[in-house]
Amino acid sequence: MENQSCVLIQTEWDIVAARQLGRNVAKEVGFGTVDQARITTAISELARNIYIYAGEGQVCIEKIIKNGQAGLRIVAVDKGPGIPDIRLAMEDGYSTSGGLGAGLPGVKRLMDDFEIDSSLGSGTEIKASKWIR
Amino acid sequence: MAFRETMELKYQEILKNYIKDQSETALYQGQKFSRKSIENQVTPEEIISLHKQLLEDMYPDLPKYVVHSFDILLEVILPYGVAYRENQSLRDQKRELRSEIEIAANVQQTLLETKVPVVDGLDIGAISVPAKHMNGDYYHFVQDENNSISIAIADVIGKGIPAALCMSMIKYAMDSPLENRPEPSSVLENLNRVVEQNVDPSMFISMFYGMYNHDRHIFSYASAGHEPGFFYDGKKDEFQEIHAKGLLLGIDKKTKYIQYEKQINQGDMIILLSDGVTECRTDEGFIEKEVLMTYIKKYADLSSQEIVTNIFKEFERRQNFQLRDDFTLIILKRDV
Repeated sequence: MENQSCVLIQTEWDIVAARQLGRNVAKEVGFGTVDQARITTAISELARNIYIYAGEGQVCIEKIIKNGQAGLRIVAVDKGPGIPDIRLAMEDGYSTSGGLGAGLPGVKRLMDDFEIDSSLGSGTEIKASKWIR
Repeated sequence: MAFRETMELKYQEILKNYIKDQSETALYQGQKFSRKSIENQVTPEEIISLHKQLLEDMYPDLPKYVVHSFDILLEVILPYGVAYRENQSLRDQKRELRSEIEIAANVQQTLLETKVPVVDGLDIGAISVPAKHMNGDYYHFVQDENNSISIAIADVIGKGIPAALCMSMIKYAMDSPLENRPEPSSVLENLNRVVEQNVDPSMFISMFYGMYNHDRHIFSYASAGHEPGFFYDGKKDEFQEIHAKGLLLGIDKKTKYIQYEKQINQGDMIILLSDGVTECRTDEGFIEKEVLMTYIKKYADLSSQEIVTNIFKEFERRQNFQLRDDFTLIILKRDV
C-alpha cells in the first residue's frame, strides 16, 4: 500500500516512534487535536500490547479514503503467542480491572472501526480506523 | 445534538464571566454545564480541547507554556474519559443481566410450583422467599391415593443462581417415579443417589421428607442433614425439636436413612423450616429459636397460612428488610 508507513516495535521507545508517526499522519489527514490524542492513545495501547505480550511486531499507519471520506488506519501485527480468548479480551472491565490501561475495548471506543484476528501460537493482527467527521 | 452546537458559546460565556469576577455564580454555571455535557456524552478531552482553543482565541498573546501545558492535560485526562465510557457500558450490561435473572427467577418459580393440598382436618401453610432473585430453598407437596400427604423441604448448601439451578433438578428427580415405595427413608435414599451422580461434588442438599397419614394421623419422616423443625404439642402447649439423623444428600451414594414416626393429635402442629429462618441475623445477632416459638404462639389462632406469612413479616422487619438467606417455613396443624 502506497500510503503505509510502519514502525518496528522492539523496545519501549518504539512505542513513542509509533505514536509520533500516527500523530504526523493524523495531522496530515486533517484530524483535530482531540482526535489526534485519541489516535495516539490507541496506538500506544496496541504498541504496548505488542511490546509486553509478543515481544516484537510492527505498527503501520495508513491514510485511507472511502466514499470521499478521509481517515486513518492503524494496523498492529505480531507473531507472538496470540490471544487465547478474544471474547474475554474484548470484554469491558477485563483488562482495565488489572490496571493494564484502556485495553482492547478502549481502543475500539477511541477509534471508529475495529477488527481483530488472533490465533494461538501464530500471532495477532488488529486493524483500527478512524474517519474525519 | 443541539447541545453540541451551542456548547462552545455557553462554555465561552461561563469562562468569561468567571475570569471577570471569580463569582460563585459562574462556578455554579460551570457545574450545570458539566451535567449537560455528561448527558450529551461529551468527553473530558473535548472539554479540555475547547478550553484551550477558547483561551487562545481570547488571549492571542497567551504565553506558549500555558498553551502547551494543555497538551499534557489532554493526554492525561483522555484515558479517564475512556474508563468512564467503559463504566457506563458495564452499568448497562449489569441492568441487562439483572433483567435476565428476573426472567430466570420467574421461570424457576413456574418450574418449582407446588400446590398446598387442601384436606379436611389438616390446615397447611407454606411460604418460601428467596434472599436475592432465585431461590435455593424448595418445598413440595404430594397428595397420594392412600390418603397421605408427602412434604419435602430442601435447601441447597450455597446460594444464588447455582443453588437455584440445582434445586430445579431435584424437583424433576422427585417427579420421576421413585420405585414403588413412597416411604420417606426410601425417597431420600433414591434422591441421594440422583444427587450424588448428577450434581457438582461441591454442592450438597439438605432435605427433610415427611409423610402424613391422614387415616391414622401418623407422621413418618426422615432427614438428610436438614435444619430440625418442631412439633408443637397442643395439650401441653410445648415445643419439641424434631429429632432425625442423616447425612446430607450427595455425599455418599450408599447412605441409609432412618425413618421415624410420631403420633399427631388434635391441636398439634408440625413446623418445618430452612436454615434461613433459624439463621436470621439482626444487628443484635441471630434470632433465637425461642423467638420463632413465641411468634408461633402469638399467631396460633390464625390459619396456618396466616401464621407463616405473619412470621415472615416479623422476621423481615427484624432484619431491616434485607434477607441474608432464603427463607422457607411450613406449618401443618391438625384441626380435627
